[in-house]
Amino acid sequence: MRPFNYSRAETEKEAADAGSDGATFIAGGTNLLDLMKLEVMTPDALVDINPLDLKSISTTDDGGLRIGALVTNSDCAADQRVRHDYPVLSKAILAGASGQLRNKATTGGNLCQRTRCYYFYDTAMPCNKREPGSGCGAIGGVNRLHAILGASDACIATYPGDMAVALSALDASVEIRSANGNMRSVPVTDFHRLPGDTPEKDNVLETGDLITAVTLPPPPGGTHVYRKVRDRSSYAFALVSVAAVAKMENGKISGIRLAFGGIAHKPWHDPAVEDVLTGESPSEALFDKAGEILLKDAIGQGSNDFKIPLARRTLSAVLRQATASGASA
Amino acid sequence: MTNKFEMNDPVADLKLDRMKQGLVGSPMDRPDGKMKVSGQATYAHEWDVPGRVYGFLVRSRHPRARVTGINRDAVMQMPGILGVYDDKRLLRNPAQGMADEAPVQGTEEVFYLGQPIALVVAETFEQARHGAEALEVSYTTLDDGVFDPETANIADDDRGRKALDQGDIETAMAQAEFSLDETYRTPGHNSAAMEPHCSIAEWDGDQLTLRGSYQMLKFNRNELADSLGIDPANVRILSPYIGGGFGSKLGIAPEAVSAAIAAKDLGRPVCVTLARQQVFDMVMRRSETRQRVRLACDQSGKLTAIGHEALVSNLPGETFSEPVVQATHFLYGGATRRLGIDVARVNRMCAGSVRGPGEAVGMQALENAMDELAERAGIDPVEFRKRNIPEEHPEKGIPYSTRKLHEALDEGAKRFGWEKRSAEPAKVREGEWLIGTGMATAARVNMLQESQARVTLTAEGKAVVETDMTDIGTGTYAILTQISGDMLGLPPENVETRLGDTDFPPASGSGGSFGASSSGSAVFLACEDIRKQIAEKLQADEADLDLENGEVNAGDQTHKLSDLLNGKPMTGEGHVVPGKTGEAVSQGTYGAFFVEVAVNSTTGETRVRRMQGTFDAGRILNEKTATSQCYGGMVWGIGIALTEELMFDNRDGHIANRDLAEYHVPVNLDVPDIEVHLLKERDPWASPIQSKGIGELSICGAAAAITNAMYNATGIRFRDYPATLDKVISGMAD
Repeated sequence: MRPFNYSRAETEKEAADAGSDGATFIAGGTNLLDLMKLEVMTPDALVDINPLDLKSISTTDDGGLRIGALVTNSDCAADQRVRHDYPVLSKAILAGASGQLRNKATTGGNLCQRTRCYYFYDTAMPCNKREPGSGCGAIGGVNRLHAILGASDACIATYPGDMAVALSALDASVEIRSANGNMRSVPVTDFHRLPGDTPEKDNVLETGDLITAVTLPPPPGGTHVYRKVRDRSSYAFALVSVAAVAKMENGKISGIRLAFGGIAHKPWHDPAVEDVLTGESPSEALFDKAGEILLKDAIGQGSNDFKIPLARRTLSAVLRQATASGASA
Repeated sequence: MTNKFEMNDPVADLKLDRMKQGLVGSPMDRPDGKMKVSGQATYAHEWDVPGRVYGFLVRSRHPRARVTGINRDAVMQMPGILGVYDDKRLLRNPAQGMADEAPVQGTEEVFYLGQPIALVVAETFEQARHGAEALEVSYTTLDDGVFDPETANIADDDRGRKALDQGDIETAMAQAEFSLDETYRTPGHNSAAMEPHCSIAEWDGDQLTLRGSYQMLKFNRNELADSLGIDPANVRILSPYIGGGFGSKLGIAPEAVSAAIAAKDLGRPVCVTLARQQVFDMVMRRSETRQRVRLACDQSGKLTAIGHEALVSNLPGETFSEPVVQATHFLYGGATRRLGIDVARVNRMCAGSVRGPGEAVGMQALENAMDELAERAGIDPVEFRKRNIPEEHPEKGIPYSTRKLHEALDEGAKRFGWEKRSAEPAKVREGEWLIGTGMATAARVNMLQESQARVTLTAEGKAVVETDMTDIGTGTYAILTQISGDMLGLPPENVETRLGDTDFPPASGSGGSFGASSSGSAVFLACEDIRKQIAEKLQADEADLDLENGEVNAGDQTHKLSDLLNGKPMTGEGHVVPGKTGEAVSQGTYGAFFVEVAVNSTTGETRVRRMQGTFDAGRILNEKTATSQCYGGMVWGIGIALTEELMFDNRDGHIANRDLAEYHVPVNLDVPDIEVHLLKERDPWASPIQSKGIGELSICGAAAAITNAMYNATGIRFRDYPATLDKVISGMAD
């Protein structure tokens, strides 16, 4: 581990100032510390933001929820309002990591977790995300975990998380305090980036930006499903995951939000898939059509080719479940 | 006088069955259990050695190269750095199990990516690790690397190892009523012991003390001395608690040799611990295998021919080749037999013993093939196996010792409810889930190894057992306490078992499932020695002594042990040596697996829902620790069937998934309720205590039972392991 300076921020301003000076925020540290041990990440300074007052979940004026950036994954998943009004979020969080990690990991930190690409993790390997310009080891190499949508010649990594996939399906926003103290709100679907030719940037955060909360719109109702497909029953990253919030009226899909994990550099959200389903009666043919639209530009890299049929199959199963009358998943 | 016994004849006297204390066989808690679960057992890294500093191994970033220089000076400027070592004596890879030597390999020439090439030592572990990452190494790369075993050229002397060609298999296949010719592939595996490898070396003049995590201390002492070029008498290894070995701690390894070299130079104790990624990079792997299995049988389902030919790999110059066909030699009949192993030389890290070497993956393919041929012949898989249990060893013509395979198959089938099964595949469905059942035979060779022990009765009438045997989580502390408690008539709290110190009499070590029988026999013999001394004092016959709860009965005499000793301790020494029974009979351990799985018809995910194992391993020394070992083996069976795979990048031979997040061992949710049933048996040919090895038996065939059940669930045969969901959905119609 490279030596680094450590300080604690008592206020958001202190944190932001340190961040502006190049310090890396640490909250739960569940991903950052691993990467620092491997020297995949080598910050000169860490600023501990745990003292900040960002640990509560509150109701917003419009009837939604504001989840503080330092609320742990365990606390968020267990919150009665989350469980009752946004079950897809609770399910997604509980599908990730392990109990120990969820006790430590935070809402803001989870959004910022880095890819699990094998080549990103190994400093003997080329990786444009870790070392821009060094090349991509995963292309032509072992790429079981990798992207089938939105990848580039520079990077085929995936965003590994579960929580952000559910947040994307819930149309949540990330509340960000800029270095100058201004607040802005970014939809979760716009928070993570596609790699393009700058894969070193995972998301839209600028220097000194501090995530202060995630806000959820008023309870969407409907049926919530989170389905995660992986290589073992627990403690494995999604090969494909699907978050769905669906509402039915008179046997037709009156509204649906879908987001996908494990298949791209960001939680994948494609309005065209939702459009084709909205207003229609559920049927296998309709689900197939949704899958076709979702995957029309999908490209396999060799060891992840299976994700294309797997995503189609998983989407169909989730739609079957979410649109079944009286369903509660 | 040492009570030495050579295992030349079957033992007629089942002495342990006559003992009154009643410990052997009982499910006694392990004496070290509470220490382990409360963090008080000292693992290698945890020894508090004053003044110790830390070393971190530097790995090669090229797969095939010559190291032309290291920039020592730059690293020496960094905070806390004490030394950078690229000594000629550094090991390229660990010694193989029981090598008893570890000749200088040097690390200047690089044979695999991840190979250790230097050691950086610093005041703290983090400083050393940072120095190792920062060390600039210059290389001349070599372009003769071979990374894919399936496309490697195989030298003549690497072809047909341990080959057997009995009869003409082509003719037998052509003339068979039913036959099968299929190829199976299993990937490389990592031992994945929870405790990473670690050694702390400390010198006192010419005396080296190494606190390490090792399975076979008497060999490790000689190997370490050989590596360093010193007298083994000057080496002491301490390894009292080990956080799992599974073969990965059999032979002396780079971390021990480098720690000793640095500690000597610095005059301070040096601790070298591997990071988890290094456990993947530089610790023995199980070779991947490609196995061609040919089976032929007649109308009645009797095998007429068995072919089992494997391709495995290793580094150039390594003697070990995964003994894939080990159980195929003795398990089933069939007059025509062709068995052999080819070894591809590749630049992947060293292959060696990992969790049931040979049978773990060999039985996987053989039992898949047996399941498939049974179906072709229209015979129930259990019945098909029973019809092919040979009367005598099909190659050597010798009899078997004890062998309850027939009973294991029947008992397992009964306990599992096999008769309720739908033999036709893809017939049972619960929502999205396809349900299936499958079975397989378990088989593993049995071995006895030379082992010695010393037992001392203290003046207070308590026993102290000493041997350099190890407990790698297997239960050695428990069983040696039980054996000596029974033989000397002492409750377990009056027996202290001391292990893991080369100052104690040399034992077999833990490996090959022979540890319990071998070290247990040595302790048994040492206790017998004491019993003879007691008998002599009482002018009685040893066989007539009854010892129980600290008292001795001989005829009409009763004495307290402590009175009899009269203030003087009494010492017995035992020494068991393998003998003619190893060749006179075929010794194996046997069992049967029955499994129910659910396979998701949408996603291809497989869940093992029920797993039953029935085993015959001679006398069971401790029902609880034996059962726990079987649980562990069956869990590994789930892993090698469904999740575990070293993913090699064939462009440079490096392992992509080099941590426990991406190398998937089964987690709790992957493991259902497992039922283990141990058959009552005594094998008088196997050891003086009639026990046999059990540590690895329950892995050997377990994975095949799972994929056979997956076939029954889905109608898809899985011949390319692990049977991950992508392989399931590719076999399914849309």
